[in-house]
Amino acid sequence: MSSLVLTVTQVNTYVKSILEGDPHLQSVYLTGEISNFVNHYRSGHCYLSLKDDRSAIKAVMFKNVASRLRFVPENGMKVLVQGRISLYERDGQYQLYIDDMQPAGVGALQMALEQLKKKLHAQGLFDQGRKKPLPPMPMRIGVVTSPTGAAVQDIKNILGRRFPLAEVVLCPVLVQGEEAPSQIAAALDLINKKHAADVIIVGRGGGSMEDLWAFNSEQVVQAVARSEIPVISAVGHETDYTLCDLAADLRAPTPSAAAELAVPQATDLLAELHSARAVMIQSLLISIKQAQHRLEQVKNSRPFHNPEDILLEKRMQLDQVTDDLMAAYRHQLFDPRKKLAETAAKLDALSPLKVLARGYAIPQFGDQSIRSVKEVALGDHIRLQLSDGQIGCTVTEKLPGGAKANE
Amino acid sequence: MSEKKMTFETSMVQLEEIVAQLESGDLPVEQSIQRFEEGLKLLSYCSEVLQKAEQKVTVLTKQSDKSLSSSEKEDV
Repeated sequence: MSSLVLTVTQVNTYVKSILEGDPHLQSVYLTGEISNFVNHYRSGHCYLSLKDDRSAIKAVMFKNVASRLRFVPENGMKVLVQGRISLYERDGQYQLYIDDMQPAGVGALQMALEQLKKKLHAQGLFDQGRKKPLPPMPMRIGVVTSPTGAAVQDIKNILGRRFPLAEVVLCPVLVQGEEAPSQIAAALDLINKKHAADVIIVGRGGGSMEDLWAFNSEQVVQAVARSEIPVISAVGHETDYTLCDLAADLRAPTPSAAAELAVPQATDLLAELHSARAVMIQSLLISIKQAQHRLEQVKNSRPFHNPEDILLEKRMQLDQVTDDLMAAYRHQLFDPRKKLAETAAKLDALSPLKVLARGYAIPQFGDQSIRSVKEVALGDHIRLQLSDGQIGCTVTEKLPGGAKANE
Repeated sequence: MSEKKMTFETSMVQLEEIVAQLESGDLPVEQSIQRFEEGLKLLSYCSEVLQKAEQKVTVLTKQSDKSLSSSEKEDV
């Protein structure tokens, strides 16, 4: 038995060189399920095992590879891995040095999507409150989609039919493949930067989940989220939902639907205009009618319809005062005067002079007037006062007895 | 009479005031005549304003008629 006695190190080194010498092991593609996943946060390196139903292999993913991953590896995840097989001499551990890792199969793809969705949701990018309202009359419509294909044609046709006054700003991009996410994001950013549109439609026609994958990328979602211009997402068919749809201000089930949602129907607007015009004219005419009516009221009011009435009142007042004055005059001055005149006339009638004028005489004996025959004796000298003088008389006879009325 | 801007509204208010005053008969004769004269001036002013307004509405509706129908032709 010719056997060399080797050291552990020598054995390990030897095995390592055998492994590294085999070209098949320098670039190996492996599928397996992750287990015992450990992320050394300090170094950034990841240590894990990959297994299938019977065996396992240890693997290490260094920081530079781990940081490039577009998903977070988890235990139980099925992955497709590319790397090289070698030996870690220190502990004699044979392991896979991972150069790239992808989620394997649709299931894993879904899982990666779920992870991203959770992460972005946690950032609030899908919140209802973030969603902006669409402008009611956008004059420029940004369209981010493939320049070929049915989607862009449908959008242009519908926009042209519904709202021809709007300008369509087309930003052609790849809508699938590696380059797609960055192109779509760049187009959204550019439109925003240049304020080139009032609303943006981003999307593409139908396809498989892989075809639509660009619209699930974080790049696109972030670009949609940060767009200050409202974004309508229209990816694939009615049943297709992508993260872009969740982040947009509005999701349209198809690109055609997006065009319908983006703009109003111009003919409807025209009808509204006509109707508004009619209402305005009506209101104005009613307003004028009311003002006219108010003016008529004034014209028909007494002062303006029969202005002489103003003076009539005054005239009546004057007449009334005049009457009052007349009454007062009569009462205070005229009546007493009449009364005075009447009394004066009565007095005048009783005046002794009048009596004399009527033919009566006043006999006087000395300076006394005589009223009785007894006051004189025969032979007395008396005087008779007449109206125009006196007569001297001697009493020659006395006959007692009063005056008798002539028979 | 006053410095403030004369509008249809302010004139109407003054007119209605004058009517009320004259109807009540509380004013002295000289003032009644004066107010009546003012009222006539305001009446004629208001009538003129209304007439001009009606004319303007007619002109404007004709104009907008024209522009609306011409824009409709453009659409087609």
